[in-house]
Formats: sequence, C-alpha cells, structure tokens
Amino acid sequence: MTCLPEKTTRKLGLVIDLDTCVGCQACVTNCKEWNTGGHMAPLTDTNPYGAGADGVWFNRVHSYEVTTPEGNSQSLHFPRSCLHCEDAACVTVCPTGASYKRISDGIVLVDEDKCIGCKLCSWACPYGAREYDVFEGVMKKCTLCVDRIYNENLDEEDRVPACVLTCPTGARHYGDLGDPQSDVSRLVRKRNGQDLMPEMGYRPTNKYLPQREKIANTATGQTTALAPLEDTSGASGLLGWVDRMLEQMD
Amino acid sequence: MPLRDPKENDGLNTSPPVADEVKTTTCYMCAGRCGIRVFLKGGQIRYIQGNRDHPVNKGVLCGKGAAGIMNHCSPARLRKPLKRVGPRGSGEFEEIEWDEALSTATTWLDDIRTTDPKKLAFFTGRDQSQSLTGWWAKQFGTPNYAAHGGLCSVNMAAGGLYSIGGSFWEFGEPDWDHTRLFLMFGVAEDHDSNPIKIGLGKLKERGAKVISFNPARTGYAAISDEWVGIRPGTDGLLVLALVHELLRAGKVDLDYLLQFTNSSWLVQQAPGSEKDGLFLRDTDGKPLVWDRNSGSAVPQKQPGAKAALSGTYSVFGTPVIPVFQLIADRYTDEAYAPDTVAEQCGVSAETIKRLAAEIADAAFNHPVTLPIAWTDTDGKRHETMVGRPVSMHAMRGISAHSNGFQTCRSLHLLQMLIGAVDTPGSFRYKPPYPKPVPPGPKAAGQTSAPETPLDGMPLGFPTGPDDLLLEDDGTPRRIDKAFTWENPMSAHGAMHRVIANAAAGDPYPIDTLFMFMANMAWNSSMDIQGTIDALTATNTDTGEYCIPHIIYSDAYASETIAYADLILPDTTYLERWDCISLLDRPISNAEGAGDAIRQPIVEPDRDVRPFQTVLLDLGARLRLPGFVNEDGSAKFPGGYPDYIVNHERGPGIGPLAGWRGENGAGQGKGSVNADQLERYIENGCFWHCDMPVEARYFKMGNKAYLDWAVGMGFIRSADAIIMQLYSEPVQKFRNAARGIGKKQPPEHLRKRVEQACDPLPSWYPTFEDSATDPEDFPLHALTQRPMHHYHSWGSQNAWLRQITAQNRLFVHHATAAKYGIADNDWVWVESRNGRVKGQVKLIDGVNPNTVWTWNAIGKRGGSWGLEKDSPEVKKGFLLNHIIPDKLDDGSLSNSDPITGQAAWFDLRVRISKAEPDEQGETEPMFESTADLPGATPNSTRLDYGRVFETKEPVE
Repeated sequence: MTCLPEKTTRKLGLVIDLDTCVGCQACVTNCKEWNTGGHMAPLTDTNPYGAGADGVWFNRVHSYEVTTPEGNSQSLHFPRSCLHCEDAACVTVCPTGASYKRISDGIVLVDEDKCIGCKLCSWACPYGAREYDVFEGVMKKCTLCVDRIYNENLDEEDRVPACVLTCPTGARHYGDLGDPQSDVSRLVRKRNGQDLMPEMGYRPTNKYLPQREKIANTATGQTTALAPLEDTSGASGLLGWVDRMLEQMD
Repeated sequence: MPLRDPKENDGLNTSPPVADEVKTTTCYMCAGRCGIRVFLKGGQIRYIQGNRDHPVNKGVLCGKGAAGIMNHCSPARLRKPLKRVGPRGSGEFEEIEWDEALSTATTWLDDIRTTDPKKLAFFTGRDQSQSLTGWWAKQFGTPNYAAHGGLCSVNMAAGGLYSIGGSFWEFGEPDWDHTRLFLMFGVAEDHDSNPIKIGLGKLKERGAKVISFNPARTGYAAISDEWVGIRPGTDGLLVLALVHELLRAGKVDLDYLLQFTNSSWLVQQAPGSEKDGLFLRDTDGKPLVWDRNSGSAVPQKQPGAKAALSGTYSVFGTPVIPVFQLIADRYTDEAYAPDTVAEQCGVSAETIKRLAAEIADAAFNHPVTLPIAWTDTDGKRHETMVGRPVSMHAMRGISAHSNGFQTCRSLHLLQMLIGAVDTPGSFRYKPPYPKPVPPGPKAAGQTSAPETPLDGMPLGFPTGPDDLLLEDDGTPRRIDKAFTWENPMSAHGAMHRVIANAAAGDPYPIDTLFMFMANMAWNSSMDIQGTIDALTATNTDTGEYCIPHIIYSDAYASETIAYADLILPDTTYLERWDCISLLDRPISNAEGAGDAIRQPIVEPDRDVRPFQTVLLDLGARLRLPGFVNEDGSAKFPGGYPDYIVNHERGPGIGPLAGWRGENGAGQGKGSVNADQLERYIENGCFWHCDMPVEARYFKMGNKAYLDWAVGMGFIRSADAIIMQLYSEPVQKFRNAARGIGKKQPPEHLRKRVEQACDPLPSWYPTFEDSATDPEDFPLHALTQRPMHHYHSWGSQNAWLRQITAQNRLFVHHATAAKYGIADNDWVWVESRNGRVKGQVKLIDGVNPNTVWTWNAIGKRGGSWGLEKDSPEVKKGFLLNHIIPDKLDDGSLSNSDPITGQAAWFDLRVRISKAEPDEQGETEPMFESTADLPGATPNSTRLDYGRVFETKEPVE
C-alpha cells in the first residue's frame, strides 16, 4: 500500500467545460501525440491497422445523449482523464509505491520502474483513468503534462497541458484549484463546477462545468411572433409602410 | 506566469529537451489550412502544435491536425510510381522509375494535345493549387478541367457570389465578437473547422444565442442553445418563411437595402420579349431606379434622386417594377406563411414565428454601434458603424441538394433584408471578397484546337445563355456537361459526372482521364458500382477500355488507385512546398488578407514527388506555353517552389501576395522577390496584412476598403458592389427557356430550366422528393462528417481510426420502433439504386424522418494500408452505394439544375431489419484489391515516440 500526502502545496488540475465541448477529439489526439514521446513514452497501440485496434490514451472523449430532469433530450460530450484525486484510491491500492501523488503539485503519477503491472490501480480508479500498456507491462496515465508545465525548453505560454493548449473551443482550463484566487477556482465558483461522482469520496481535483441553461426566446418581452404591419394579407400593408418610411428618410 | 519546477524530489526531469528544431508550415489534415509548428527531434517528428500567431487557428489545433504524425507515417503511403499490370480494378501493379512514368504520361498527353486537346479530362479533386492546375489545363488547351467543387459545395459558392459577391467559409465569417444571434444551417462539423470552434467558444463566453438548423444533432448542434431538427432539403422553405414574417412586420432595413442592394432597380415587365425580367438600364448599361422626385427613371444614387421601392411605373410603354416590390409580392404570399410550411419543414409554425421575432429583435432592437468613422462610396461620412448582430453560417447540408443554389440564395436574401451583410455583429466578408456581382470572368472553352491554349481559364461564371459551352448543335463542349442547359451556372464544373460520361462517350469519347487526390472509385462518387463499371468498361468492338488511359496522383493507397493505369505518387503534407494563394482559395479573415505556404519539414523516405512539381515537369516536357523558355528549357526547373516565387499571372501578381518586389516591401502586387519563401518562413510560413480599421465593415460600399482592395489587386475598380436580391443572369436563362433568344434549352429541359431559374430566391422540393412515393421510401438519408475524420483520409491514421472505425446508422427511437428495429440491429437501407447493410444506433437527436451516418468510414479491402478484416472493411458502410447518380428519369444527373452540384443529401430510403443470418457484416462487400508492390505486413504493435523517451533523472 502506498501513502498519500496529507496535503499538497498546490492542487494542479483541469476544469472542463461541458457547455462548450463539441466533442472534436482535439484534446484526445494532442494528448496522445505529446505523451507518446513524453514522460511515459510510448503510448503503445495494438493492431494499429487491423481489427481490434486499441491503444494507450490518457484522455478520451465520449459522446452521449442524456435526458434532462425536465425530460428534454440533449447531446453531451464528456472528456475523461485522470482527475488527480486528493484521496486517490489508485495510489493507496498500489503495492509497490509506483503510484504516487506529488506533494508539491498534487499530480498523480506512476513510476514505471516500480510498477509491476498488477492493475490494482485500474480496478480501484472509479473513473477508468488508468491505461495499461500490454507491451510494456506497466500502467500508464495522465501526467497533467508534468513534462510541459514546468518545462523551460518550451515558450512560457506553452507550459500548459497539451489538451488545454490545443482545445479549439476553449473548453479546457488548467491551474491551481487549491488557490481560491486562481482563475480556475474563480471559474469553478462562477459556473458551479462539479466533482465527478462526489459520492465516491475520492475528492477529485479536476472539475466539470455543467452545461449552461439553454438560452430560450431572446426576443424582447419574449415575443412569440412578429405583429404584421396592418391587418391585411398580401403586400399592401408592407408597401404602405415602406412608402411612409421612405418619406421619413427623405 | 508559468510555474517553476517545485523540486518534488521524485527524480523526475520536468524540463526534458523537446526539440532540436521547430519548423512552421501549414496543416493539410483537412482543407482548413491552419498554421502549425512541427517539433523535430533527431530528424523525426516529435510533436505538432497549432501556431499561435497564425490568423486561421490562433494556436489551437483540431483532433485531426494533432494526429498528423500518423498520416505522415501511414502504411498507406505510396512509395514509387506504379504501372498497372493486371486488369483495372485488380490492384496489380509493378513499380517503375519516374523517367518511365513521366515519359509514358508525356507520350499519351502529347498525342492528345497535338490532335484534340479536349480528349484530356483533367480533374483535380481536393486540390489546393487550382490556380496552377487550372492554368495548366488552359495552357494545354483542354476545357475539361475542374477541381472537386461540383461535388462539394458549388451551390454555396455560386449562390453567394451571384447574390452578395461572397459566401461563407473562405469568403466570409460571422462577427464572432459582436454577434448576438448565430444561425448555423446544415453545418456538419467540417469546413472552417477551427475558426468556427474558436468562434463558438467566444459566443458561449459572451452569452450569444446559437441556433443550429440540421436534421442531425451532432457536435456543434449539441452545444447550441436551440437545435432545429429540420427535414432535409427544406431549409430554403423555412428561410423564406422567416422572410415572410419579417416582411409582413416591416422588419427590414430599408436604408441598407437602398444603399447596398439592387432593391430599387427597375425590372421590366414584358412577357415574350427578350427584356422581360431584365433591369431597365440607360445607354451606358447602368441600371435605373424610379426617382420619386422627378417621376422618371434615373441611375441609382444619382444625386438628389429618391428611389422608389414600390409601385409600377411605365418607361417608354414598358411597365417597370422595383425589385423590392417583387420581393414583397412574392414572399408575403401565404405560400410562405409559417403555418403553410411547418409540416413540410418538420418545424412547428410557432417555432418559425418565434425565430423570426428573435431575428428581428436582435437586428433592430439591439444594433451594434462601433465608434469607427468611415466614408461610403457616395462620399458620405459616417461617424460610427452601426450593424445588425445576426450572423449566419451555412455549408454542405443546405447546398448538397437539388434545390441548393436557390436555398443558398434564400439565405443571402434573408441576410440582405435585415441589413446583416458585413456590418458589426453580422456576417463579414474576407478579402479578396466582396467581388462585383455577377462574378467574372466567364468560362473559356468556346473553342479548342491542337497545340493551342484556351483563351481563358476553363472555369468561370456565366451571365446568360451566350456563355454556355455548347456546340452549334447543342452538344456540350465539356465532358462533364458543365455550362450546359442541364446546369447552366456550373461554375465549379462537375467532377462527379466525368467518369460516367467518359465511359459512355457522351458527349464524346476521351483518351486520358488525369485525376489528382479524388477518391472517385469509392466515397467521392454516387453509385459506386456504376462508377467502377464505367472505369472498367470496355469497347465491345476493340476490347479496349472505354477510357483508354487513366493517370492518377495521390499520396496514399486509396480505393481509386486500383483503377488507374499509371500512378504518380505524391508526398505527404510535411514533405512538400505548397502555396495557399489568394488566386484560388484564400485564408484571409474579415480584418485582413492573408496567404501561406507549406515548406518541407522532412525529406521523403520514398521515391515520391510533389504533384505540382510533377505537373510543372509534364508542362515542360509537353512544351506548354508558359512552362518553357524560348529555348525549350523548363521555365521552372526548381519545381513548385520555383513557380511559387517566379510565376506572374499578371504584372506584379503572383501566387503569393506577401513580400513582393525586389526588396520585399510590396504587399498584394509587386515584382518577383527571389527571397520571398525565406521571408514567409521567417514569419511562420504565412503572410497577413490587416486592412485599415475604417475599412473593416460595409466593405461592399466602403471607400476605404474598396480603395485598399484595388491597391492590393483584388478588384479592378473601387465602385460600390451592389448586392443582388434579384439575379438578372438567372432570369436570362429563364427567358431562354421561355422561347426567347437564339440559344434555348432543348425541349426536354425547357420546363426544368424555366422553373429552376427563378431570378428571386425560390424553393421547390428536391427532385428526389418529387419523384419518390413516400410509401416506398419514407425516410431521408444523409451523412455527416465526424470532426476527427473530416474528409476521408483518416482511416489510415492509427490514432483516428481508434476513435471511429465503424460507422453506425443513426435512427430515431420512434422510427426504429415503427419498423421493429432495436438498438445495435443490423439493417438494410434501401433506395431505388440498391441496398446497403449497416448496424444501427438509436438516438433522439435526429429528425424522425431522417436516418444518417458518418461519411466515408467504410473502406474497401486492400486499400488505405488496412488489414482486410478491419472494421472499416467488414462493418463500415457507405451510403454512396445507394445514392443514384441519375435522376428518376434515368438520364439527368442527380444534381442541382442550376449549378450541377451533386445532390448527395436528396437520398430517399426505407429501412428494414436484416435477417438473423445477415447480422455482423456490411454489404455490398467488394472483393479486396491486391496489395501494392513493396507492401509489408503491418506490425501488431505501434510505439511511436519511443525514440523520444527521456528518462534521465535530474542531475
């Protein structure tokens, strides 16, 4: 069993806006291309050009239809990756200390040298965020791009997770959720950010912003139809109005 | 500020080296042309990132773009020129050297050019170099040239260019920062990919309302505030019902209409005469308006004149009526009332009425005022810019119908009536648009002769029957029958008709079909079996193929490869030079003009050559004018980059507009600059030039803009561009159909031309809907494109295919229940053209009368480097199999009657549950083609990136 830090200095994580995510998969493939050459390289793929293709992905987007409590059907795109939980069961279940949560920033990582591939962590994680590399026999997972966010070889503005950097709609945000004054914390308050499955008690760091209420009728006074100019059918009402308007413009 | 390494003491190096070098170029994972930064490490591609400075994508990158590495190293890449050795379609080839390939092609082409150049049909698919390929065709002397616009979105482009002098996507964009109401019509999540996503993010942040009109509730519709699940092919009717509501309520911008449109132009009413329905013009050809002051017809904007918008007047005995009066008469009719159209559109009358109220409210109760002073083309100074914050975007969903041209026109009518073209908050043009309406020039090809270039570019914009490309006896001059009575305004040609026509020798046999980057033997054709039959048809007398020679260039082993006789292998997008030119498909934005290049990031590791360089080489071998010097030597021995820098289309106008002139200071126009490509590379491989602030709205009538555009070489004159509510060129075709003039349609097309060629935007049911008994084929069927597979090149991509390797048929729960179909069942989808089998996924987010699937996921065994048991082969299916390429009458193309655009989305089907023993695999299942020479078995393991691993602990 592996211990979690009592507290971490920072709580780095993601805030994902379900109202803005169009399900384009940009974060998915950008994560893949960065990380397949990054800290946990490679993100191996099996049968890449045949049946049963499968691979290691740190981030996946699922598209669903959901029915709202009011009975309305709605489509939803749901990006799923490691939530870097404060009470990370994937860490406490680890028999070798390979899974650990960093004290400095709260990122949950796997030390591949210590991982024996027992997969207990993937059973323990309720979010399905663990990815087993069948060829290497080790567990891999989202690193929150720990090899980007502090990387002095990258331009300063690029020192964010790849999924955040690439998101075309701006649905992904990154920052310190332990700092109530951070942009991400403010965003979570403003948009009523939610924990994923809070009832499980793992206290995930990442937050999801729920879909905004759909904007209904925007017409002033919620007008439901335009009033015709005059109670006439055909063009006369309109053209009479046009003539009057032109006179006014003269 | 980014965080500093917190010194966790876990031995982890948080600053590993990421690249030896970062090179910029332009993405080609779709047609969007985003800027990218490619990280190279040890000579290999480590990472591809969006270029933050780039005006198209501003740093972001989509799911495809970020998977570019896998296209670049795809096993489907062609390796060497190929010569067919088995029968067409077998896929049996042998590798040959480039010398043999090019001399073979030269021999075939030279024979044609010296005898009858039109026997070459040169069609270039998803070509981003049309200004080169079109010019090559012109210099060769064949009229038989087009890219893929005819099968893609010519309705959108032509509908816009003939109406507002611009269109969506490359022609214009919503004012994302100021719009209040954004209406998306028929937008699958393709085309203009990242800019729309960036824009949607902005709208969400600002709380603007997003409304999506689409039979399917896919990605963008999913996040919209309102999804209007309209019945396919009825968008135009719904738009005209909105127009009806707005007109009846007087919610139109008269000032705007008077200033920027032809609302006041007088239309002559003279049935039976050649002037019927044409504008009244003075002797200089200037259109006239009715001056309410003098009671006479005067040129529009004559000082002191007060143009009438209503009434009927008489000029020299001919009744004349202002366009606006015709519009009022037409659209206030009850035929366009929401209550009349609701059932047909599948949208309630209440919804239509309320949408009209919302549009009117946003436009007229919430005008956007920007503190920008400007001067209009009448010389009037305005202290502010006031706009209508209603913006629209539309794409193939509304254009890929046989009523698509008129539907696109209807949308522009709506925009014009509320004053929402190029104003703050509305749709905005991107330079070089707006262009004068009607657009020019006209298509060349009235004559063609051996060893003689055409007298102009093969594609263009007709303005009347005289511009059709017909022999004196009415025979089409072009193999695709573009610019004929079947589709008089087919401005982008009709690539989807070439193969069938060529095989049938209709209107004449050809010798060589030369194609680039178009998967015509699979997902880019209707009726695939019919297309394959045409590609392999033989002459019963001689036993020779009806299309004697087929040359094909592509980078990848698509399904079309097997049907070519000679393959010229292209490079991947990271191995080549390219230019994204203002001369063909620009990447400007509403605030400035831009273009871009691709530069080779890595050298090819195969014996392949960039297509454009090969084309220049062929041009020189054929000694085409412009491709050789006087001594016969190649004019561009350095290949495509040589051409990009040194070719001038007109004085000072070349493929690239940036850094022109000897010192590189010229923008737009200027002499050749030998260092031009270096300057592009220094700037991130793109050029962008912002226009003056006062030029950024009202471009069609803004003096500062028009002067700037003339200076840049985009337009010839700074005269106001008057948008056309009523289209005179369209009326000229109608008049001909009514028996007026020397050139008239043949009898069997007379009625169709007359009905379709309505000078005012109109709606009629799609041809398929009209011909279909709803009892037989009760459902509509169409495709959408998944954002991560936009275009059909993704199944070779090891990462993208893991996201989608099998497409499902999406069926509404209620519809499925009606036919006893359960989730995951396999079903037959049947049209009058045959049937195809696929697996169902039940959903709510679809119009109940419609079924849909993802486009081009299904692949043929033997292609795309995939194993033959892949889901794409065994389970993926194409609707193309059952889309008829002819109308019900068996002779006319399944296309728009005005532009000839392929009517992909007119398809009518019925569905039925497959038998128990039919579950699990798609049908029809085509025999796999042979492996190409040199193909090696795919590995079961891909570990791209292992070489980049840096596990050294921190020192």
